[in-house]
Amino acid sequence: MKVLVAVKRVVDYNVKVRAKADGTDVDLNNVKMSINPFCEIAVEEAVRLKEAGVATEIVAVSIGEKACQEQIRTALALGADRGIQVETEGGVEPLVVAKLLKGVIDKEEPQLVILGKQSIDGDNNQTGQMLAALANMAQGTFASVVEVDGDRLKVTREIDGGLQTLSLSLPAIITTDLRLNEPRYASLPNIMKAKKKPLDVLTPGDLGVEVSKHLTLVKVEPPAERKAGIKVEDVDQLVDKLKNEAKVIG
Amino acid sequence: MSTLVIAEHDNESLSPATLNAMAAAQALGADIDILVAGAGCSAAAEAAAAIGGVGKVLCADNAVYGNQLAENVSLLIAEVAAPYDNIVAAATTNGKNIMPRVAALLDVAQISDVIAVESADTFKRPIYAGNVIATVQSSDAKKVITVRTTAFDPAPADGGSASVEAVDAVHDAGLSEFISQEIAQSDRPELTAAPIVISGGRGMQNGENFKMLEGIADKLGAAIGASRAAVDAGFVPNDMQVGQTGKIVAPDLYIAVGISGAIQHLAGMKDSKTIVAINKDDDAPIFQVADYGLVADLFTALPELESKL
Repeated sequence: MKVLVAVKRVVDYNVKVRAKADGTDVDLNNVKMSINPFCEIAVEEAVRLKEAGVATEIVAVSIGEKACQEQIRTALALGADRGIQVETEGGVEPLVVAKLLKGVIDKEEPQLVILGKQSIDGDNNQTGQMLAALANMAQGTFASVVEVDGDRLKVTREIDGGLQTLSLSLPAIITTDLRLNEPRYASLPNIMKAKKKPLDVLTPGDLGVEVSKHLTLVKVEPPAERKAGIKVEDVDQLVDKLKNEAKVIG
Repeated sequence: MSTLVIAEHDNESLSPATLNAMAAAQALGADIDILVAGAGCSAAAEAAAAIGGVGKVLCADNAVYGNQLAENVSLLIAEVAAPYDNIVAAATTNGKNIMPRVAALLDVAQISDVIAVESADTFKRPIYAGNVIATVQSSDAKKVITVRTTAFDPAPADGGSASVEAVDAVHDAGLSEFISQEIAQSDRPELTAAPIVISGGRGMQNGENFKMLEGIADKLGAAIGASRAAVDAGFVPNDMQVGQTGKIVAPDLYIAVGISGAIQHLAGMKDSKTIVAINKDDDAPIFQVADYGLVADLFTALPELESKL
């Protein structure tokens, strides 16, 4: 089966992001950018399906400015076969991303689409579910186990307090949770090879999608600071403070 | 203006998260109805009707909604949503699963994980794992909202006597089937819902030593978490990870043991009401967010703490 994997370029998870002083947006100048961790898990899952003989071709797609080709190359180095960049400017809302990905699905007709459950910048956790609605496909969100079972897909999902297993008709949309797999590191030879793999560039117009805007960012601000705490001398003082000052234990 | 709250329930009773969503709906200042979709869910619908301030309860009781399959429930909500200005649900895994699908069916944006209602169209929500708070304004006529439950004190579960109206619409998308569900049968509370969390980091040295946290967790009724460093080192499984790429928690008391306080961990727990850090390194960044810091060797401090609780 053909597998489509969506990857997003985001601020590296080790970077502490700050609001700009004027509160108009976050400050992303000279900040290290990486592939979104959940998208990396999505790519790894697709590569494992290919290694298992289930997937025949992996197409990695990213939506964004030209710089996101770097993250597509990362996916190619991890084992994707070819890439598609849908060129957009500035931030694109999840609903529009879902519409663009629906356009890519219509062109590519994959049997399985794997996305990260959320990106660690906007933390929206929406795109996969929206895409599933627009494409009228089954969804297996927050997946921790994915098994192809004949013409269906068995997905175990992380839900509050436990796990849920569903059987989905194909084609289907999967979004990844942390436990699904541990992504590999790209080897240097594979990084070199990835540079030669095909990467097509499309515009929203090519996909018949209008980039609409539903939300306005009014301002950004740092969260309320925690007031400085104290150091306690010993365990006795700690227990006393928790009981009598913070009153959080009985 | 009117708001539809999507109830979270197990057919028998309402989940407490419904009351947090209700509180956010009240902050919107509109008339509020509640949708209970399930199978054999009349008891949950009656519980919803008892919540103060509810206009009416819409009860869609059909086998196709029994397991909250997103493909079916989203079609139902999108239909029932027609007369409402706001559709509000708790940002639980269930709400996160269903609501974006509803938003896409309605061709509107979703505003996820709202922590404050500024006005009828303007909301605050954390981005970058809570390192930044964004204020966003929606231009959609219909707003689909999920609510971070820890940010809204629950609305009272009683004081109301709303009518319950049956909704006959049956939407079976035929795309997915429920196979099974395992809810962890632990005596400990679930990590994201626990009032107290005790987490271990790389300082625990190995998985075996996490047993030292169990005795304390048992005494406090706490859940046990871990830092990414402890997970990456293979001490404990991924599902215990608290942090930006793991679980976001905001308990009344968070005890960080042998955790240095990497940004990625702080992002997952810094909204806890009281934070305790136990670490032998006086300079560990975790102490900068801790209300009470204890500079000590955890291998002596933990047994002592357990004996004194």
